[in-house]
Amino acid sequence: MIRLEARPEPSRTFRWASPLIAFGLTIAIGMVLFPLMGKNPFDALHAFFIKPVDSAYGVGELLLKASPLMLIATGLAAGYRANVWNIGAEGQLTLGGIAGGGVALALHGSTSPFVLPLMFVAGIIGGMAWAAIPAWLRTRFNANEILVSLMLVYVATLILSILVHGAWRDPEGFNFPQSKMFTESAILPNLLPETRLNVGLFVALAVVAAGWVFMEKSFTGYQMRVAGLAPAAAHYAGISSPRTVWLGMLIGGACAGLAGVGEIAGPIGQLQASVSPGYGFAAIIVAFVGRLNPVGIVFASLLMSLLYLGGESAQLNLALPSAVTGLFQGTLLFFLLAADVFIHYRIRLRRAARSTAPA
Amino acid sequence: MPSMNRRTALATMAGALASAALPVRAQSKAAGPMKVGYVYVSPIGDAGWTYQHDIGRKQMEAALAGKVTTKYIESVPEGADAERVIRELAQSGHQMIFTTSFGYMNPTIKVAQSFPKVHFEHATGYKTAPNVGIYNARFYEGRYLAGIVAGRMTKTNVAGYVAAFPIPEVVMGINAFTRGMRSVNPKAEMKVVWISSWFDPGKERTAAETLISQGADVVTHHTDSTAVVQAAEAKGVYAVSYHSDMSKYGPKAQLTGVTHVWGEYYTKTVTAAVEGKWKPGSIWGGIKDHMIKLAPFNAAVPASVRDEVGKIEAAIGAGKFHPFTGPVKDNEGKERLASGKVIDDATLGKMDYYVEGVQGKLPASK
Amino acid sequence: MDTVAQLVILTLAAGTPLVFAALGELVTEKAGVLNLGVEGMMLVGAVVAFIVASTSGSPWLGVAAGMAAGAVVSMIFAVVALSLMANQVATGLALSLFGIGLSAFVGLDFVSVVIEGIKPLAIRGLSDLPVVGQLLFGHNPLVYLSFVLFAAVQAFLYRSRAGLVLRAVGESPQSAHAIGYPVIAIRYAAVFFGGACSGLAGAYLSVAYTPLWVEGMVAGRGWIALALVVFATWKPWRVLAGAYLFGGVTLAQFQAQASGSAIPAQYLSMLPYLATIVVLAVISRDTVTIRLNAPASLGKPFHPAG
Repeated sequence: MIRLEARPEPSRTFRWASPLIAFGLTIAIGMVLFPLMGKNPFDALHAFFIKPVDSAYGVGELLLKASPLMLIATGLAAGYRANVWNIGAEGQLTLGGIAGGGVALALHGSTSPFVLPLMFVAGIIGGMAWAAIPAWLRTRFNANEILVSLMLVYVATLILSILVHGAWRDPEGFNFPQSKMFTESAILPNLLPETRLNVGLFVALAVVAAGWVFMEKSFTGYQMRVAGLAPAAAHYAGISSPRTVWLGMLIGGACAGLAGVGEIAGPIGQLQASVSPGYGFAAIIVAFVGRLNPVGIVFASLLMSLLYLGGESAQLNLALPSAVTGLFQGTLLFFLLAADVFIHYRIRLRRAARSTAPA
Repeated sequence: MPSMNRRTALATMAGALASAALPVRAQSKAAGPMKVGYVYVSPIGDAGWTYQHDIGRKQMEAALAGKVTTKYIESVPEGADAERVIRELAQSGHQMIFTTSFGYMNPTIKVAQSFPKVHFEHATGYKTAPNVGIYNARFYEGRYLAGIVAGRMTKTNVAGYVAAFPIPEVVMGINAFTRGMRSVNPKAEMKVVWISSWFDPGKERTAAETLISQGADVVTHHTDSTAVVQAAEAKGVYAVSYHSDMSKYGPKAQLTGVTHVWGEYYTKTVTAAVEGKWKPGSIWGGIKDHMIKLAPFNAAVPASVRDEVGKIEAAIGAGKFHPFTGPVKDNEGKERLASGKVIDDATLGKMDYYVEGVQGKLPASK
Repeated sequence: MDTVAQLVILTLAAGTPLVFAALGELVTEKAGVLNLGVEGMMLVGAVVAFIVASTSGSPWLGVAAGMAAGAVVSMIFAVVALSLMANQVATGLALSLFGIGLSAFVGLDFVSVVIEGIKPLAIRGLSDLPVVGQLLFGHNPLVYLSFVLFAAVQAFLYRSRAGLVLRAVGESPQSAHAIGYPVIAIRYAAVFFGGACSGLAGAYLSVAYTPLWVEGMVAGRGWIALALVVFATWKPWRVLAGAYLFGGVTLAQFQAQASGSAIPAQYLSMLPYLATIVVLAVISRDTVTIRLNAPASLGKPFHPAG
């Protein structure tokens, strides 16, 4: 029987090898799956992983889509390390978008250079305010933050819907549910000509860097990690549990709110009934695939972004139905999550006679 | 051609159109079929908005066999991702691109600026450009006809409408249906339930059953699944399907359906593009243009009713009758259109009230 | 009177998928495992049930197949999260993504199929009785099955030795292991049961409630089921009440609209979520209840070596 045995210390080899193993296994599955669907597997893999990034525009799109993911995932990771389970980043992103969009609409037509900074501040506050609700309910009433933050996603979406169907509707838009297009001063400056990449990428990278410093080097970050690993010990060491919850939630909310502004002031340029194709949820997976580490998160967000682009490219170039993409993405994520076990554990064979293993 | 400028009210747009009157020549590509791309908002499925567009795409492809190849991308979310998909289609040599959902409007316009030689057509929007045309159908004409059938067939004098979001397109449909119904049965009333979702079979079903439990014996919907027709079938009442013919989901229930027909239009406009004669249009086609068609009648619909509907259909097709011909009163008794007047397209496109006969108050109306 | 009966019937019909999925998840969580993949498992259950029902002609065979399919995909989660000790939250979310994709993929050829679904009971004589006839005998057979499942889960958790062991595993896997219980195996079983129930919930949607298959037809009910478990503080009877409350609020909102209410539908649509949050806060406030019912090891991986 195969069993797992804890390694005396985490394996450096597998730290790097695990993602490669996962990737290899997914490719292997693809090699079986694609021919079954009558597609040349090499063409399919090329369409998935190479085609999307074979041009400057493609690389721009990759980074554009990775930005919100790394931003949100970094914020979430700070909380997750402290056992604060915020899974409502999608709602916090939406509220950030609403707050930032509100500023953009209120200052519509203004050419002041302060419009964008104000939008970012509003977005951060909006995201934090939305995250504060589960934080408060958790610390005050002990209500489970996973569920509260998740429920608030639905509420946030509906608030946005009410606004774009009503008060914030473009008066010239024939009653269609969207706001006015933002004016120049409320749009993030472009970074590369011929692409949509904007300075939001720098904002995201700066936040990731700050997140790394906070989590790895700061005393508060250390306290939060202790609170996550050993709640009882943290309690005796005088680390305040409510403070940890508040910090974990608010950091996550702020990052998600920021990402929301990045979307509306970036590729969208207005408020619509939906401002995110599920970045808040995808970022949870990014956070874990990146092992709750800002550096890992950057790589994970690039991979996640590539998977989205690859799905579109596979549809366009090979007429693969969009359903295949979801399947392929899910498989890769499972393998990535599973392969990480080998960092901390190794396989031991015991009594080789019974080799039917659950893995 | 038999089409009307949908939003003549917008002077800016008129300007844009005037400047675009000259045909944009397709790139003189080396010989070979023209590549035509479609962007869909949902999976194609077996019924609904996207399904009808895909039927149109296939018809067009068959009609222009050898001259075009088509490609589609489904489930493209409205928002930031749409622009990339449209751009990818343009970049990969597609010379004509149809974007088939309202939310693709701004992305379409943006991409069109970078690809002045590619032809774009956007469904249901209102912004045009020298290489972006818009097209939509007068669904309300079919709604009015279906309303007549409902008015004749109801015994409880209550009809039910499962609706998604209160945008003019949907409100227009509710009002047209109600007016058609009351044109033959002034006692009939309409009940509306908004489910805040374009697609949620469970909610659609629950909403339909709610309406039925409140006495509706004809139900219809402006949502994307077949659930409402199925609910009617299960409860033994009538239904009018929307988007697609759903008779196989409700053989006894479906009286008729207001179906979208895009194939003829796609064939026509792509042919123009192939021949280098394409111009950006602003098409709002109706029965006259064969963009709207009633699904075959249920056997239960008597011949007299079929004739009656056929006559009105012919009158609408010939431009002799408009479903919104005054007097139009809203359901609070206020006159919205004087007797004898015909509503203009700009006003119609902004409709934000219920007509007489619809119960309740339109949510989010000012 | 008749309208009241109608309301009750509609509420039960709308709440039943939530009852199935939430009861399954409750058992999973009682063993200390948090599986956020309910939405994905429901979709897989729905599509497989539909495919089997349409090809075999028997909706009941479809229901059985849907349960089996939900259970099978839940085993992917079990291997990754239990044997390989990956984070349960992330693995559950990945399972949802995977299930959404998988169901869409295998269902591609079945979107146009029409089936004869499982219909509500119509017992001659009984279902026609005034007032009580419909109330007692007018439901879909699967609604009665959900009552049976509820009773079974209740009895299992609180009246059986096996249920006690399961709860012990959720409470303190270390102690359970020390006494000699196979913690991982028990957790596998709990995940398996949860998967089967989610599959059943999906099957109810695709072969009984709205007999059809379309991509994404579960439309978020899996997430609501997850919320219900906490809402119910891990008590089966509260799951039942919560599911009907959720179904009932949506229904009441539609009823109000059909009767001419003018409140924007979005405000009304928020109600169930806000209600859940409020109830969650009120119930959780009493830390004793939470501590008595919430599995202490929820979401934490267990490795026998410690």
